[in-house]
Amino acid sequence: MTRQQSIQEKLTLALHPSHLDVENESRMHNVPAGSETHFKVVVVSDVFEGLGLVDRHRRVNAALADELKAGLHALTIRALTPAQWTAEGAPGFESPPCLGGSKS
Amino acid sequence: MSDAKKTIQDTVEQNRVVLFMKGTKNFPQCGFSQRAVAILKECKAEFKDVNVLSDPAIRQGVKDYSSWPTIPQVYIDGKFVGGSDILNEMYQSGELQKLLNPAS
Repeated sequence: MTRQQSIQEKLTLALHPSHLDVENESRMHNVPAGSETHFKVVVVSDVFEGLGLVDRHRRVNAALADELKAGLHALTIRALTPAQWTAEGAPGFESPPCLGGSKS
Repeated sequence: MSDAKKTIQDTVEQNRVVLFMKGTKNFPQCGFSQRAVAILKECKAEFKDVNVLSDPAIRQGVKDYSSWPTIPQVYIDGKFVGGSDILNEMYQSGELQKLLNPAS
């Protein structure tokens, strides 16, 4: 299984998202072609209802703790409730350009 | 308490705003760290930068300190506020400006 699939599976199991985007952004970074080191996720789930941003991100990080220990280097997260997703979507959710620090 | 934990605790207690980052505020070495610097500068915040690339014990220590697996990390008034995604969302919503400048 690729890391992309593994991330999708773990987030689905842990957070039962009504919408989930998992994008491998590793090609934008200073890592070999085909790497699975940098990911961006949009997670829409009603488990985020009533939680602040830090706690929402903690839920996502916790679901992916094993991946983060095993070479998932960067994880950019947008964690929304279904109501927020319907009202706003995830506009302007773009990762910044790489500055090459991954190898340091 | 480990030396790294003590150093981190002292740093966040002695400086109102602290950014643990890859590189320095003048020479960020990661896009996410650069974005955090840009947002804090945009808010006209005085902040202390700590380059985790120059100290492996701090790099790991700050992840343990707030149980947060990624860098950058922002602390305001001794409290963990979030990483680059959260800082960005709080900046977009105006919440960050209020937290940094409670009087205005």
